[in-house]
Amino acid sequence: MDGSRNHVIRTLETVKRWGRLNSPWALHFNTGSCNGCDIEILATLTPRYDVERFGIKLQGSPRHADVLLCTGPVTRQAHDRLLRIYAQMHEPKYVVAIGSCALSGGVFADCYNTLGGIDQVIPVDAYIPGCPPRPEAIIDGIVKLLSSLQPVELQMEKETV
Amino acid sequence: MEKTEHKKGFTIPIGPQHPALKEPGHFRITVDGEIVTDVDVRLGYAHRGIEKAAEARSWVQNLYLFERVCGICSHIHAMAYCLGVERLAGVEAPPRAQAIRVLVAELERIHSHLLWLGVAAHEAGFDTLFMYSWRDRETIMDVLERFSGNRVNYSANILGGVKYDLDDEFVQFMCEGLDYLETRSEYYLEVVTTDAMFLQRTQNIGVMTRSQAELLGTVGPTARASNVHRDIRYEAPYSAYKQFPISIVLDQRGDLEARFVVRIKELFESYRLIRRILEELPEGDLAARMPRKIAEGETVSRVEAPRGELFYFIKSNGSDTPERVRVRTPTICNMMSVVKLAIGHQLADVPMILAGIDPCFSCNDRMFRVHLDQSVYANVGPLKG
Repeated sequence: MDGSRNHVIRTLETVKRWGRLNSPWALHFNTGSCNGCDIEILATLTPRYDVERFGIKLQGSPRHADVLLCTGPVTRQAHDRLLRIYAQMHEPKYVVAIGSCALSGGVFADCYNTLGGIDQVIPVDAYIPGCPPRPEAIIDGIVKLLSSLQPVELQMEKETV
Repeated sequence: MEKTEHKKGFTIPIGPQHPALKEPGHFRITVDGEIVTDVDVRLGYAHRGIEKAAEARSWVQNLYLFERVCGICSHIHAMAYCLGVERLAGVEAPPRAQAIRVLVAELERIHSHLLWLGVAAHEAGFDTLFMYSWRDRETIMDVLERFSGNRVNYSANILGGVKYDLDDEFVQFMCEGLDYLETRSEYYLEVVTTDAMFLQRTQNIGVMTRSQAELLGTVGPTARASNVHRDIRYEAPYSAYKQFPISIVLDQRGDLEARFVVRIKELFESYRLIRRILEELPEGDLAARMPRKIAEGETVSRVEAPRGELFYFIKSNGSDTPERVRVRTPTICNMMSVVKLAIGHQLADVPMILAGIDPCFSCNDRMFRVHLDQSVYANVGPLKG
């Protein structure tokens, strides 16, 4: 009895992970960036790069999102909102910091109203450098994040293929 | 989106994270049923303190800082700053550098207007046009990348001139891109003026008369769509616009459709100007020599950004850093028109009216003081202390 129950749970977990990794829904939040990274994120959705064909979709609500795409050096006003959005997302959740400002504060590092990067406020899983990063770099960063989330045996399987 | 009940009706808070815009801005929209009765805008989520940071950096370092006031109109910010600093130093950029500056500024206008066309169409629920215009925008991004090596912050300006020169191969690549975009822009003009569904979202929505537009202090294409003759390139030509004049694009109607038409017609004007510059591109150096310390004095530098008049006040105390730089961007001038125009419209029209001014919140979020005076809607003064 216990064995078959475990089997069902294991199968469900596999299906859940398969769904999550193959169609991650992203939420975009600008914490005070110059727009440069934001238009490049938007460009990844448009016909030339078109990440929707990989199942990546930009979502409006934090409650529907798996991945939080953050840009900007985190201004003091945006700080509380960033925390609130992060808290509203369901587990498991992943944060991607996009652009030099999101990594370290970038050109705004010593401005009085910035906190100097996303990881000063919330934990970050992937960093994509660039001012702004190219759409290819953003896609590459997200794909790297997702492939690192695969279970070890699947990662090895892919590498041998 | 949450709803809270007030005495006058429902106040719907939207933002700073919301699906409609990619930038942080907070709106409190009070509605009576579907009709908007009051709009309150809270800005400042993207305020980084650039003007203060500029005081601690050298004249050259500030070039890279001001380029990042806004990622969409990065070139024009650096150009306004350069023109001001050059005037203070008494140096004039060589004619070839000035022509290249204007050429890049027009390329940037094309990229910005195509970007806006897509975002505004998206607000109207017309995602096909969004995808089309962004696909075509990649043509201009390729041109900019080929020119400077970067898609967004091109960093073409240096104090005293420009960094990059034009070669024949690049010019041919650019001309092919412009030819393609010209045919596409004709198509867009046809779509926004004939598509029945789209016209229902734009015709007679957010109508602003000429006197209203002047009273609200609107600038750029938003003002020109209400027949206000306001274009710095035309009124007070700067840099190479003296040599390559631009004709002003106006519309009488003042509604959202007029704002679409004015911006798309400006694309044609940009194509024409770029071709004309290429024909008569002056020969010569790319940059003049600039002193490390800039002579004491203060100056005002006004240029026409894609969204309207961009204003820089620069004060030097004779050292290698500026004493004060004040930036006033076009969106802050246009923002009050949204607050006024949205009242009386349906809630669903508010995103369209907001998109109609082509808002840019990262440009917008400068510090300023508002004098609360009922007779004047809002009197914007400089930051004190």
